[in-house]
Amino acid sequence: MSDRTNDVSDRSLSHLDLEPREKPYLDSNELIINMGPQHPATHGVLRVILKLDGEKVLGTECVIGYLHRGVEKIAENRTYTMFNPYVDRMDYCAAVSNGLGYCEAVEKLMNVEAPARAKYIRVILTELNRIASHQLWLGTHALDIGAMTPLFYTFRDREEILKIFERYCGARLTTHAFRIGGCQYETYAGFEKDVKNFLAFFAPKIDEYEALLTTNRIWLERTRNVGVISGADCIALGVTGPVLRASGVKWDLRKAQPYAAYSEFDFEIPIGTNGDTYDRYLVRMQEMRQSMRIIEQAVDGIPEGPIMGKVPKVIKPPVGEIYHSIEAPKGELGYFIVSDGSTQPYRLRVRPPSFVNLQALDLMVRGLLVADVIAVIGTIDIVLGEVDR
Amino acid sequence: MAEEVKTPAPPPPPQPQPAKTGPSGGPEGEKKPTAAETPPAAAASGAPAKPAAPAKPAAPAKPAGPVPVPWTSPLVEKYRSQYGSGVDAQTYLGQNYLTVDRSLIPDILRLLRDEEQFDYCVDITAVHYPKREKQFDVVWILYSFPRNERVRVKTQIADGASIASSVSIWATANWLEREVYDMFGIQFDGHPDLKRILLPDGWKGFPLRKDYGILQQDKEWVQINLGIESGQ
Repeated sequence: MSDRTNDVSDRSLSHLDLEPREKPYLDSNELIINMGPQHPATHGVLRVILKLDGEKVLGTECVIGYLHRGVEKIAENRTYTMFNPYVDRMDYCAAVSNGLGYCEAVEKLMNVEAPARAKYIRVILTELNRIASHQLWLGTHALDIGAMTPLFYTFRDREEILKIFERYCGARLTTHAFRIGGCQYETYAGFEKDVKNFLAFFAPKIDEYEALLTTNRIWLERTRNVGVISGADCIALGVTGPVLRASGVKWDLRKAQPYAAYSEFDFEIPIGTNGDTYDRYLVRMQEMRQSMRIIEQAVDGIPEGPIMGKVPKVIKPPVGEIYHSIEAPKGELGYFIVSDGSTQPYRLRVRPPSFVNLQALDLMVRGLLVADVIAVIGTIDIVLGEVDR
Repeated sequence: MAEEVKTPAPPPPPQPQPAKTGPSGGPEGEKKPTAAETPPAAAASGAPAKPAAPAKPAAPAKPAGPVPVPWTSPLVEKYRSQYGSGVDAQTYLGQNYLTVDRSLIPDILRLLRDEEQFDYCVDITAVHYPKREKQFDVVWILYSFPRNERVRVKTQIADGASIASSVSIWATANWLEREVYDMFGIQFDGHPDLKRILLPDGWKGFPLRKDYGILQQDKEWVQINLGIESGQ
């Protein structure tokens, strides 16, 4: 197996300047090390090649694709309906958001709209999923940095959301909750009560998380001024989601270009100022609270009516192309679909937030210590299923 | 699509109604006859208007199938007068796109960023049409934070031809172009580090081309590197 292509030396790491030196590494502490792909703190199979001077990071190179399943190729060989469950497997921590983006994109291509009740159900489930995704992020991020307790707290509370999903559609993670044109399932008896119970249960829990971390001195030392990125750099690198907002750019697709029923709810866009790991933590904590506000309004105002729009049994959008994007928990999740008028997409492109955000890792960790790389990978909040697709 | 089969009949209004059970269902009904044309124009001229929203009133046109309509705006006029027939502008379902000549590509993208404030490159991708002479569409999806507006730029290139990289315009283009190269084999001139990103370095073939089968794989690579007979 000596001819495997996985050796560091095999790759053309042009920008890391890996040319052999005359006196290799004798007068300096420079070395190249591999982090991952099998590493507990890379949140999946991410491999980062680090160029270090002692503990200091001089540069990084991400090697991705270990989880590549060819989702876009699969889409071209499935009908629109058959492809729907596949999108759940990209960002598997926020399957509901993926489904929402896909269903809305196809609906837009077909020029139909989901009924109001379906839109409300979609908003409730999507926001619950945003909280679940942020909980998972918080637990693992804190664990990477060394705080083990938040993981147990967040997983305990996330369970309540997953129970609601399970009661609604039978699945906990890869939910396949929505259908093109609306929702397949009517809410179960007691759905509103369950959601309200969850809100009442969860409000003090966020305070509990914050009590553990927000003024914790170790947490502050590990996150403040770590992985700083400016708003301008975020925009140039296409970084979206909480990372962009923590850098002071007040932009959220739910407000900027409202979809589903978001224009009808009252909520804030939390932003940060320093663009460091601590601000990103604060922004996500605030986002959970805002999601609760949205859910509360949606549950109270959920209208009666049908849950499926008038869509034909066989989904056959007219010839054309569409780009539709939503604010997923990790950033802008877009679908670009080209239809040739048949039952299968001619081309389906997924614009994944994790993939684009991960590109900023190199900029964010240069000059920091190896331990900070772990913190920064956590704070970008990537899911490798979505990076690799 | 059940309704679509009866194409010759112009919109039978009662049927598409459910599409707008939304709160503002009332006024939309009146716009029906001209709906397909009016909203895109409004989106283009009013700066903060959202391209997404105006698509909805077009719903009643569904049975006939919406068609792209010319997109008129100061931006388009400017590029038309500058580049002539090299630029074509259309709107489909309220989304604007420019189809431009390949030779204009780095210039027009740079102008869109510098003069029209399209500061965020959302995505770069490609579409393969094997039967066409110029087989590939390369697509840039751009967004402007100040204008809250999206635009797509498309160009056609032949197999084996290359296109100017936009990494110097938007840093995010780096990985996005690498993915297009990885999946379609399109070369980007001036890219700092154009190599495969999702597939392994030694892989042969470009999976998102239409002539690459869904079960196809680089058997040789799989056998050497994974030590198994087949990845299937």
